[in-house]
Amino acid sequence: MPSQKIIELLVPSAVCIQLVADDSNQVIETLAGRLFKAGFVHESFAKAALERESQMPTGLPLGGKYNAAIPHTDIEHVIKPALALATLQKPVNFQNMIEPETAVPVQLVIVMALEQAKTQVEMLQEIAGVLQDADIIEKLMNAREIPRVFEAFS
Amino acid sequence: MAQPKRILVACGTAIATSTVVAKSIEEELKKRGIQVVTRQCKATEVKGLEHGYDLIVTTTPLPKDLEVPVIQTLAFLTGIGKEAVIEQIVKALE
Repeated sequence: MPSQKIIELLVPSAVCIQLVADDSNQVIETLAGRLFKAGFVHESFAKAALERESQMPTGLPLGGKYNAAIPHTDIEHVIKPALALATLQKPVNFQNMIEPETAVPVQLVIVMALEQAKTQVEMLQEIAGVLQDADIIEKLMNAREIPRVFEAFS
Repeated sequence: MAQPKRILVACGTAIATSTVVAKSIEEELKKRGIQVVTRQCKATEVKGLEHGYDLIVTTTPLPKDLEVPVIQTLAFLTGIGKEAVIEQIVKALE
């Protein structure tokens, strides 16, 4: 089933394939920077997302080959809802959302620029669906060009 | 007519993961014929809001000394252990 909302909201210039990063901060900064350049978030978004991640981490162990993180922050830093995505060349540690003292090696990062809760229910449900679909995640991790990333969600 | 059960759903920002969790809980319990009303909040707000709720479900750690039973889970996001958590929720609401 296609993830319509993800496809609509994923910003092509904010998709990084096989990104090389040393730590979670670098990944978040890179993706936040792309969303800022593309006009979807305020300049404050990057710092806010980093702070949020340090206090309320978003690492999600998926029980398979790959793990994910879904950094996001408060709506005041967002101009228009959007998604940024990075697949990482080597795993980077994010802290576990439910057990913040535990590290999760992550290969798939989706930065979410959200506005009001209710208007994004479908997109958020699609993201949860994607996280639970090992085939989609495999396709994302194997993608080497941006169109393949969008295809993975179709 | 039975009163719907009230569930407080907490996460870091109150807009992202709690949205998915709240929706999933509503749908899954509806399938089992259980009426629930959910409210989303930030983890930091739980202490002030918990009174009057039957259950709290959270994706992020909460203070220990709460009045209301708490289920901490990522199952609605990752799918891991989802059925078991739903059973846990049903039991907690009995």
